[in-house]
Amino acid sequence: MTSLLSDELLANIGRQSTPHRELVTRRDIRKYAIATGNRQRKYLDGDQAPPMFHVALFWDVVELDELTPDGVSIDSLLPRFPLERAMAGGLKIDYFKPVYPGDWLTATRTLTNIYEKHGRSGPLIFYEVDMQIVNDAGEPVIREQTTRILR
Amino acid sequence: MALSEKQSPMSVQVGDALPERELTPDNVQLFLYNAALWNAHRIHFDEPYTREVEGYPGLVIAGPMLGDWLNQCVEEWLGDHGRLVSIEYSNRAATYIGETLTSGGTVIEVDPASGSVRVEVFIKNADGEVVTPGVATAVLGAA
Repeated sequence: MTSLLSDELLANIGRQSTPHRELVTRRDIRKYAIATGNRQRKYLDGDQAPPMFHVALFWDVVELDELTPDGVSIDSLLPRFPLERAMAGGLKIDYFKPVYPGDWLTATRTLTNIYEKHGRSGPLIFYEVDMQIVNDAGEPVIREQTTRILR
Repeated sequence: MALSEKQSPMSVQVGDALPERELTPDNVQLFLYNAALWNAHRIHFDEPYTREVEGYPGLVIAGPMLGDWLNQCVEEWLGDHGRLVSIEYSNRAATYIGETLTSGGTVIEVDPASGSVRVEVFIKNADGEVVTPGVATAVLGAA
């Protein structure tokens, strides 16, 4: 069976993003906690960041002309894949340390794997991205491993 | 029920149910969530585009928001009696504004020696179909 994945495409495994450093603010925590319907006071008041606040903290802030017509920003970590329709994805998140307003966090994303499988409806491409989040002391705070499927 | 003072963390048993919560996200909540992220994907706010161009029956609830509700389900159960250590989940099926969803879970593993528990968590749609399954690990004891 011929592979959809060329050597050139597979050479992208190991590609790493520029580290991205962001400040955690009480205001951003409050917005996130309220929008997600959180019911715990410490999060609603912004005293501590709830789990998954890092999703908002490290979402790419792109300029209007960098968005596609459907409003999506292109992930510069990823190569152009021969399949483009995104299917369900999975996430694994490890929480090592709590996050508080005033913390500076740095996220680095690595494209750790690209592989293909043949499903009943045709070929599928899987890719995995590992995001490591550390504090200014270099201690691990959160690790997020994402698997996405394209068909 | 949520863990309480009266209930020793060690009394947690395999099969214990986590409190269920009904979720009825509306346009305003979905808008605020995506604004907090800086996510401009039209399927979350532009209903004509979502129906006519993407062919969805309605505005699509953001996948990571469903994931967040799984985290909330575990943390509300733990209260001050434990700490969420890790969670994994997958978005299996799309859900739409107007649907009533339910979050919940079940304890599937308890290690009394370490105080570690594993819980299976879910978001179900109104038909009872699990749209977002997950597994979380927590450590019992003072958070």
